[in-house]
Amino acid sequence: MSDLAIELCHVSLTRRGVPILADVSLELARDEYLAVLGPNGGGKTTLLKVMLGLVRPDSGTVRILGREPEQARGQVGYVPQHVRFDLDFPIRVLDVVRMGRLAAREPFRRFRGEDDAAAHAALERVEMSPLAGRPIGALSGGQRQRVLIARALAMEPRILLMDEPMASLDERIGRNLWELLEELSQQLAIVLVSHDIGAISHYVRSVACLNVSLHGHPARELSAEAIEAAYGCPIELLAHGHPHRVLAPHGSDPS
Amino acid sequence: MEALALPFFQRVVLAGLLASVACGVVGSYVVAKRISTLAGGISNASFGGVGLGYWLGFSPMLGAAGFALLASLAIGVGWRRLGSGIDTMTSMVWALGMALGILFASLAPGYSPDLMSFLFGSLLFVPWEYVAVVAMLDVAILWAVWLLGKEFQAVTFDDEFAEVAGVPVERTFLFLLALTALAVVTLIRVVGVILAIALLTIPSMIGRHWSDSLGGMMAIAVPTCAACVLAGLFGSWALAEAGLSLPPGPLVIVIAAAGHALSALARRAQGSSAP
Repeated sequence: MSDLAIELCHVSLTRRGVPILADVSLELARDEYLAVLGPNGGGKTTLLKVMLGLVRPDSGTVRILGREPEQARGQVGYVPQHVRFDLDFPIRVLDVVRMGRLAAREPFRRFRGEDDAAAHAALERVEMSPLAGRPIGALSGGQRQRVLIARALAMEPRILLMDEPMASLDERIGRNLWELLEELSQQLAIVLVSHDIGAISHYVRSVACLNVSLHGHPARELSAEAIEAAYGCPIELLAHGHPHRVLAPHGSDPS
Repeated sequence: MEALALPFFQRVVLAGLLASVACGVVGSYVVAKRISTLAGGISNASFGGVGLGYWLGFSPMLGAAGFALLASLAIGVGWRRLGSGIDTMTSMVWALGMALGILFASLAPGYSPDLMSFLFGSLLFVPWEYVAVVAMLDVAILWAVWLLGKEFQAVTFDDEFAEVAGVPVERTFLFLLALTALAVVTLIRVVGVILAIALLTIPSMIGRHWSDSLGGMMAIAVPTCAACVLAGLFGSWALAEAGLSLPPGPLVIVIAAAGHALSALARRAQGSSAP
């Protein structure tokens, strides 16, 4: 039984002749809290999909909780970046969040009261309880984002993968969510990816840069060289003297 | 109403009412997932089985069920692998089934079979066995939706997340398409393979006007479908009494389409104040 939440070993992936991931290796402890930064097209979303077993790499190995990604299904929560479903679909917020409970319920078993309770609790955590009965199409982008986060939380996962989770959240909700993630990170491994260096909170415990290849082994310190290598240009670090903080703590505008 | 005293009319009314259950339940998934083209392909492909049955001398309905299930399997397997190519493949399955049906029927020995009743439905020739089969299919479909409703909802709403949550997405979708094939079979006697797709989708579209959940759509679609079928059957009967012979199947579809237009207008008139 591996002590690692995520193990990627020399993972490479090419699509239509274009390299998406090149020789990416990564080890993540079960209580790690990692932010992966990188420019658009840097392979961040693909990296998450490889971890989820939704995309198979051309070479390299992937182990999630010591097993194949497909066998770890249901233990890995996922918050996608884009809404890939039909906003006209006849479904209410609570039903969307309850999808997270599929991980806990066997097929041929209907949802029970405890699933409803877990879904409500997850909605509570993202301050969406009052809108539990709303159709999903009647929400704003930020509200929808919170529903997707609640859906992942309802899975009660051991690993949480989030793709630009703060992108459409306002400052207050965003700050509350950072605090929620900080709390959750005591019990589970979290990986979040973002193109926006400024969007990464000081709560994050380690940072890596991804632009097809991974720059700087995940570490609590992120060097200017690693960021420059990933983005292809120098980027001013906001908090000199605090190498593990790429953003000054609180008070500054996260956008 | 005196029509109801006639056993053959009782049977077709009963078959229509029973078919409405399968139709409203499965149709709600078809409408929500926007796969009516896929369902249309399955329905039309089933005609190949009708021809095969006539040719080889077994029940055309059995052949239709077999072909519908085969078509649902082919389309379901292509669904995730072909991307936008699924559209072309569905059209091919659609036309191939029809072509095979005609070819097989031409090979049938002796008399030329009554293909029209399979294409557009038939008031006559609804044996009790057929009514019993439709009732059994209803039970099977309701049972499946009761047990797998949460998986069906997940796969039709967001298949990627369903996969992440551990749902066997492809198998679940194939099973849902197989249920669609069975629902189509229940409709063949009432409206025929060509018109089945309309009766499968229109009542659920009306349901969508008034509900924001799959369950709500089904609850509206089933009685709506039943009302359209009854109106068509009795309308056809009444017109025949008056000397105007119109087949019931197409009449059912025209009534359903008119109902949809009225529902859409009413929904619009109610505006954003509704659910």
